[in-house]
Amino acid sequence: MRLLFLFLLLLVPAKGRAQDAFGAALPGLAGGFAQQVEAAERLGALGDPRAVPILRALYDGRLLRGADGALLIRDGERATVAVTGAAADAAEAEQVRINNRVRAVLRGVLGRLSLVSSDPAERLAAAEAVFRSRTAENIPLLEAALARENSARIRERLELALGASRLAAGDDAERRAGIVALSASASTEARSVLLEARAAVPALSSEIDAAVAAIDRRLAVRRAAETFFQGLSLGSVLLLAALGLAVTFGVMGVINMAHGEFVMLGAYTTFVMQEALRGIPALAPWSLPLSVPAAFLVAAACGAAMERGLIRHLYGRPLETLLLTFGVGMMIQQAVRLVFGAQNREVSSPPWMQGTLELAFGVTVTQNRLWILVFSLVVLGLTVAAIRLTRFGLEMRAVTQNRRIAAAMGIRTGRVDAFTFAFGSGIAGIAGVALSQIDNVSPNLGTGYIIDSFMVVVFGGVGSLAGTLVGAMSLGVINKVLEPYAGVVLAKVFVLVAIMLFIQRRPRGLFALKGRAAEQ
Amino acid sequence: MTKTLITRRSVIAGAGAVLAAPSIRPSMAQGAPIKVGVLHSLSGTMAISETALRDTVLMMVEWINGRGGLLGRRVEAVVVDPASNWPLFAEKARELLQVHKVDVTFGCWTSVSRKSVLPVFEELNGMLFYPVQYEGEEQSRNIFYTGAAPNQQAIPAVEYLMSADGGEAKRIALLGTDYVYPRTTNRILRAFLISKGIPEADIMEEYTPFGHSDWQGIVARVKRFAGEGKKTAIVSTINGDANVPFYRELGNQGIKAEDIPSVAFSVGEEELAGIDTRPLVGHLAAWNYFMSVQSPANTEFKNLWQAYIKNPRRVTNDPMEATLVGFKMWAQAVAKAGSTAVDPVREAMYGQKVDAPCGYTLEMHRNHHLSKPVMIGEVQADGQFNIVWKTPGPIVAENWSPFIPENASRRRG
Amino acid sequence: MSVALSAPPPSRLRLGLRAGLGVAVLLLAALPTLNALPADHALHVSDFIVSVTGKWICYAILALSLDLAWGYAGILSLGHGAFFALGGYAMGMHLMRLIGPRGAYGHPVLPDFMVFLGYTDLPWFWQGFQYFPYAMLMVLLVPGALALVVGFLAFRSRITGVYLSILTQAMTYALMLAFFRNDMGFGGNNGFTDFKELLGMPLGTPAARAMLFYASLVALVGSFLICAALTRTKYGRVLTAIRDAESRARFLGYDTTQHKLFAFVLSAMLAGLAGALYVPQVGIINPGEFSPGNSIEAVIWVAVGGRGTLAGAVLGAFSVNALKTWLTSAAPDLWLFVLGGLFVAVTLFLPRGLIGLFDRLRRRRAS
Repeated sequence: MRLLFLFLLLLVPAKGRAQDAFGAALPGLAGGFAQQVEAAERLGALGDPRAVPILRALYDGRLLRGADGALLIRDGERATVAVTGAAADAAEAEQVRINNRVRAVLRGVLGRLSLVSSDPAERLAAAEAVFRSRTAENIPLLEAALARENSARIRERLELALGASRLAAGDDAERRAGIVALSASASTEARSVLLEARAAVPALSSEIDAAVAAIDRRLAVRRAAETFFQGLSLGSVLLLAALGLAVTFGVMGVINMAHGEFVMLGAYTTFVMQEALRGIPALAPWSLPLSVPAAFLVAAACGAAMERGLIRHLYGRPLETLLLTFGVGMMIQQAVRLVFGAQNREVSSPPWMQGTLELAFGVTVTQNRLWILVFSLVVLGLTVAAIRLTRFGLEMRAVTQNRRIAAAMGIRTGRVDAFTFAFGSGIAGIAGVALSQIDNVSPNLGTGYIIDSFMVVVFGGVGSLAGTLVGAMSLGVINKVLEPYAGVVLAKVFVLVAIMLFIQRRPRGLFALKGRAAEQ
Repeated sequence: MTKTLITRRSVIAGAGAVLAAPSIRPSMAQGAPIKVGVLHSLSGTMAISETALRDTVLMMVEWINGRGGLLGRRVEAVVVDPASNWPLFAEKARELLQVHKVDVTFGCWTSVSRKSVLPVFEELNGMLFYPVQYEGEEQSRNIFYTGAAPNQQAIPAVEYLMSADGGEAKRIALLGTDYVYPRTTNRILRAFLISKGIPEADIMEEYTPFGHSDWQGIVARVKRFAGEGKKTAIVSTINGDANVPFYRELGNQGIKAEDIPSVAFSVGEEELAGIDTRPLVGHLAAWNYFMSVQSPANTEFKNLWQAYIKNPRRVTNDPMEATLVGFKMWAQAVAKAGSTAVDPVREAMYGQKVDAPCGYTLEMHRNHHLSKPVMIGEVQADGQFNIVWKTPGPIVAENWSPFIPENASRRRG
Repeated sequence: MSVALSAPPPSRLRLGLRAGLGVAVLLLAALPTLNALPADHALHVSDFIVSVTGKWICYAILALSLDLAWGYAGILSLGHGAFFALGGYAMGMHLMRLIGPRGAYGHPVLPDFMVFLGYTDLPWFWQGFQYFPYAMLMVLLVPGALALVVGFLAFRSRITGVYLSILTQAMTYALMLAFFRNDMGFGGNNGFTDFKELLGMPLGTPAARAMLFYASLVALVGSFLICAALTRTKYGRVLTAIRDAESRARFLGYDTTQHKLFAFVLSAMLAGLAGALYVPQVGIINPGEFSPGNSIEAVIWVAVGGRGTLAGAVLGAFSVNALKTWLTSAAPDLWLFVLGGLFVAVTLFLPRGLIGLFDRLRRRRAS
């Protein structure tokens, strides 16, 4: 303790000198965009860690200019004076605005200043930032940081950053070292940096070309993996949307044109849950997981009401149920529009669903898509379990296979119908929770998925959940593989035409039910 | 109703600042009401955008009645629902003009709806105010276009991207929904970029269907396109609905505005209201009005709107402002012409000026388009835009773009 | 499926129906004449009524064609809107070619949208559309050919019922996506508008409106008579037999594929004709016409009117659309509830539609 005090005492004069330069640079941060750039660069050159919170506040839009011109940092409801940290009144203060150019400079400066941070996430972000800002001045900084770094992942980013910075140096040997470092990566950014250097330094073009080719080889593998993932991800969305339909249509033979509206109700339930839990700090972060059972219940209740009230009068007339449910769908859609307004509703993503995840070989996948993929498989698993393992599932299968015998065995077929339909609708509601994370939460949400869902169910084989899974995933992957060549629209048209041709070859779909049930 | 209007009139009689004096006469509400048709979709896919415009027109009708009506007559709105169905737009336009005999109509959002009603308005000599930015290449004597033409939005935005402040973009990805507005705008932009020395290979163009929700592949391709060693920017003409999934994908794939900025022409405050904008801070939009504009007229507009809609969190946006400007201009023109008949009002419209919420005085020109300022805004964490650049003053619309070579040989008139 | 929907109604009803239809046609025929009366005349009918009725007549032809496929052959097509739209597009292409140099850019051949999208030549599939007979041929041939291909593939594989419905729905959906593409050369989302003339008559004049109105009315009556005659022949009886028990009809030795295919193709051609008459009257055709919702709506008209009776299909098309026109102005926020509720009520309580209701009322009065 005493030592520290002495150390601080020693620092005082040095700090005093820096204080002037530091203090002099600060007001520039609240000036015009060009002044801001200059001030940030000067602060970065000073290397004073006190600048970090101020610059970060500026980057995050939390830096305010008080009525007297003093810089304040807003932190939630409170505000502090930027340099002293004393509490301040932010009532009259005005946010300091920046633009993309300032933002890019700030990121570079912040990166340099926080390479030595104790927080690994901050160091990783800093490595990233330094990589993007890339100037030769950073080389010693990066070398020092590399020497201290233990985390393999951060080391990797630091090495890339070092490579990029070396490439920006004036010396050819240094540049060559940079090329070697970059050529070991599989990132488009590294490729971009190399190509940029190629234009600037024609002398090294052959080395750079070789490095780019090496990256390209790795990228091709990565791209294939990513396309495959994108296909699976699209497939998982189709699977979720179609799963409920596989139950109501596949098992019960009811064409529910309001299926999309149940999906939409699930998404709105997510929105309502989010708003309702906003005031309860303990539960607010869990609003999305809590929405899953809520959406299931809401959609299931609507489904049960529709089945008992309307559809049961029409059994054996599947085409009439189509018209009826279309009418119901219209009404649900308009009701939601009147209650919630026609505008999109914001359902925010929890932090664990944002950003990307890096897998092996530099393959990156977006977190939300990954979660939805996992989620869809879980929902599928639960659905299969419910049908295979529970009493309700047993009764459901019995009623599907032979209603009369089932009734004779004492199964209350009416109740089973209601439960089955409610179950299928509930799954649609769950799909809505997932879709709220990637699509608009608007009254039209469901309309976009209804036809695709029917195609998946029919393609996979009506009545077969395995067929729905395989159907959804293969359609997703085929779509994504075709997309770069044919464009988004044509890819979809091709897939539709292919399904139409396929259905006429195998009218019962991929996984056709065999035996008596197939004769229906 | 009549009674309260008269008493309110006496209170505000002296405050008729915007409207010309002759419109306020003691005979208020004596004659038959003036009818204003509202032709915006209230159901179907376009309801998401158009319902706010319906509400804006209704708000303006209430506003003008609160000021004593027009020509001493009450103004009355006739609302119909064309249900995002284009032939129904034509049918409803005819109904408004022939059955309800409206004096003026405010309506349409998509170009196709406007194209659908245009022959009806020309045949029956009606008057339509169209409040949305569009691709240009049109000029009907029966339509007043209060939204932007391409030169009032797209070209300045791309110029900004190529400037030092915008990040000196050298490669441009043109992403759009596959319909006429993006196609034409991108054709104009391509010609413009080439005229600025950008080679064809550095322009990427991709189109998606309406309501497209799976942007994984395209965003990944843009990232790859940006990985060619030149500063890249995205110019988005993606239509309203598809924007939420697009921006979510941008955010999730970690595309930061500092690296690949995107500028959008169809994303306003309403669209952002459905997104968590924190990952999108710094992405750009080009409009002629932002809710964050600081001007007395805008404060008045925002207060009027939030009071009318009874929701202090509802936002205003560019097409709503264009609707308001159109309405005020029409009211002024009617007052000037002393009649609601289409021909005299049309003559009176030319040269009409309104102190608009965007902070400038806008003028209606003989080409039926407004002069408008162009503003570039950066998305903020609160869903608003921070204006980072704007033209010094309003610029005149070039509805026939000089970048479309066929316009050189176009027959004028 | 075995509900006998076309049990021959009592002859008094049939007579009453025929008389009613005759009166309805005469009333309709009088509309343009009444429209020509001076505006202040007591019997004057506004342009709006004439044009909107002309539109309903086209919808009635579509409903009729759908009823032939669904009500008589048991083919529930959820893609009839596609045939309607294709007919409309064929007519639209003719109308676009007739604009000639009067477009905004004054190009002698290319329509405006092609000019500003940068086309230099007319695509091959646009050739010939400047000739009215060729265009009319295409109005029938294109939907017919599509129905032939889709129907042949589907009926041969014995795809029936729900599967066929979903297949046809996918067909119209795929076509919608394809037509939305600007690269297809059909104007993308904007479709075709701003037509100038047809057969030398400038559109948008009362004379042109009256002519189109009469043409549609003639087409409606003609289609009605064709369908009525057809359903009364042996072929029609076999068709009904196939609808009610396809396997049994096949085992009796009838080629069910061919019978159904003929009905489907004829039905598609009638739908194409309806579309062709529709486009010049509403002044626009765009890919939205392919949207699956439109096809389902057409099915609902038939269901509301009474499936399996030709008069029912016509009645359904008129009544639902009249209701829609009225409600979208009278209750712009609530009309979807009324319409949706109507569909629900009709399927639940009126399985034979309005015609069935009249029938029941009449029988009740008789007994």
